[in-house]
Amino acid sequence: MSAFIRISRTSLKNHIRRPRAVTERIPSMIQIEHLVKNYGACCAVDDISLTVNEGEIVGFLGPNGAGKSTTMNILTGYLSSTAGRVSIAGIDVLADPLGAKRQIGYLPEQPPLYLDMTVEEYLRFHYDLKGCTLPRDAHLAEICEVVRIGDVRRRVIRNLSKGYRQRVGIAGALVGNPKVIIFDEPTVGLDPKQIIEIRNLIRSLGKSHTVILSTHILQEVQAVCDRIVIINKGRIVADEKTENITRVIENNRRHNAKICGPQAQVLSMLRDMQGVVYCEALAERDGDSCTYLIESAPGVDIRKKLFFSLAERGWAMVGLEALGLSLEDIFITVVDRTDESAEPPRYTRRTGRKTRSALESQVGADLVTDAARRRAEQATDGFDPDGE
Amino acid sequence: MFAIYKKELKSFFINPIGYIYVGVFLAVAALICTYTTVGSASYNVGTYFSIMMFALGVLIPLLTMRLFAEERKLRTEQLLLTAPVTITGMVMGKFLAALTVYASTLLVSCINFIPIYVIAGIERGNQSYEYYHIGPVTAELIGCVVGILLLGAAFIALGTFISALTENQLAAAVLTISVILVMVGISLLNSFINLYWLRAILSWISVYSRFGNFQNGLFDFAAVLYYLSIAFVFLFLTVRVYEKRRWS
Repeated sequence: MSAFIRISRTSLKNHIRRPRAVTERIPSMIQIEHLVKNYGACCAVDDISLTVNEGEIVGFLGPNGAGKSTTMNILTGYLSSTAGRVSIAGIDVLADPLGAKRQIGYLPEQPPLYLDMTVEEYLRFHYDLKGCTLPRDAHLAEICEVVRIGDVRRRVIRNLSKGYRQRVGIAGALVGNPKVIIFDEPTVGLDPKQIIEIRNLIRSLGKSHTVILSTHILQEVQAVCDRIVIINKGRIVADEKTENITRVIENNRRHNAKICGPQAQVLSMLRDMQGVVYCEALAERDGDSCTYLIESAPGVDIRKKLFFSLAERGWAMVGLEALGLSLEDIFITVVDRTDESAEPPRYTRRTGRKTRSALESQVGADLVTDAARRRAEQATDGFDPDGE
Repeated sequence: MFAIYKKELKSFFINPIGYIYVGVFLAVAALICTYTTVGSASYNVGTYFSIMMFALGVLIPLLTMRLFAEERKLRTEQLLLTAPVTITGMVMGKFLAALTVYASTLLVSCINFIPIYVIAGIERGNQSYEYYHIGPVTAELIGCVVGILLLGAAFIALGTFISALTENQLAAAVLTISVILVMVGISLLNSFINLYWLRAILSWISVYSRFGNFQNGLFDFAAVLYYLSIAFVFLFLTVRVYEKRRWS
């Protein structure tokens, strides 16, 4: 629904700006088609296709060496692709590299700062380099205010702390008010407070720009992005809206309950309970209590019922833990799976219209089981049933 | 391109390297000029320029070593390559900045000739009649300055190219010094070689022998073209280095 609203909003904008172009297909901001990049024999990016619409904040997620930076470098024209097509705001990167570069503000992994310059000089250089036409002083002052570096404008970049340097880098990317902003790991090496500031900044940028950022910090994409693209070994293994992924994460159909009582009777009671589809006693003991894994039917909250049923029988429930998924679980499962499977993974396409996303149905159920099993395995480690 | 030119020009004088270059250049030029003319009671400035050529072998690398090597080391080249500037524009911006510093220093060093003219003027005043021309030949002097300016442009292009090959400034400097000295010095081997054809080839290649006509008061268009070709070839190769790096 929200995708629909977004599309209609952009089309409305286009309608207002360019009345003659109404019949045209709405151009997406970034379009990557079958992108391949080989470094010699090594394949860094392997057939990536992706479309990013105006106003989206997209997070590239992947382990180190997955091809995130390479993809971004190709987008920005720093590297060329071996095969495939990339267009920025409808401009083909190969056909009109300068036109495409004009649409992009890029912050590489290591901010490209001239350490000898002052912040002011650096931003002015950016301004000249990009051939901006906006009123210079007002524009630069505005950017400095947005990224909050106004107090260090006269200082030499060499003397600035990492956080300030990062922000100067971001300011540089913002000069000229580009339509597309690309950040490669923008929060690496910052302290938690700065990370939060930068995240908020990116969020606010997303209102007026299309933003792509890469990271291997999972909370970051969850907190900032509208859409998450997981890349592993040069391929897109998942492409989902954040809300879908969050739904998978919050899918609390499984609970670990720690119950004091005779194990066999508790188990049979749980199995007979309405709304429980699966139940198992985990090998985890704490005195007279035992941990049970309970899976409820979709859409049923069994917690209250469980509590009262147990209370009726006088068995105390000393612990109840929802086995939600962390983004790590999803990430690790998705990445591990693609590592294992030799054949090309079928990555999911974001449709937006389906109520149940592809990721959810394909991966979701297995993931929950995987996660639960992993936890159970961890629990067994310290337990010796024979008491030897 | 203009933005890069401006930035490079500025950065020569943010760093100490620009001041070191200008200072050493002017001092060396003044010293050589004094020794070859006033010191040895001669109005012939040709020797000054031929010794300056060797001095350029050490001075030019100071200008060119950091052009690309530093950008690569600090990863700032990523900024230039992702900015709406062509690679040719980037290379030309940097080349022209170095050339500007070189040319202006060279022009400033022309004040070294003032004492020679002053002395010549005094000597001319003492002479009751004029049989022959006393003092340096101005046209020849101008020809030599233009020649060495173009020669410097060729060396700067060479240094730019070498700087683009490495991210180590010191390596770039040492390599540039050795290549320039070989280019200049190759014709000095001539006196040891008996084969005429080899000598012909060596003196054809050598930038030093090509400068001979300027010193003899001839404005040698072939030499001008030769220096400009060297500059063009190395600038072209620098652009290719960056193109290649993008595609590999």
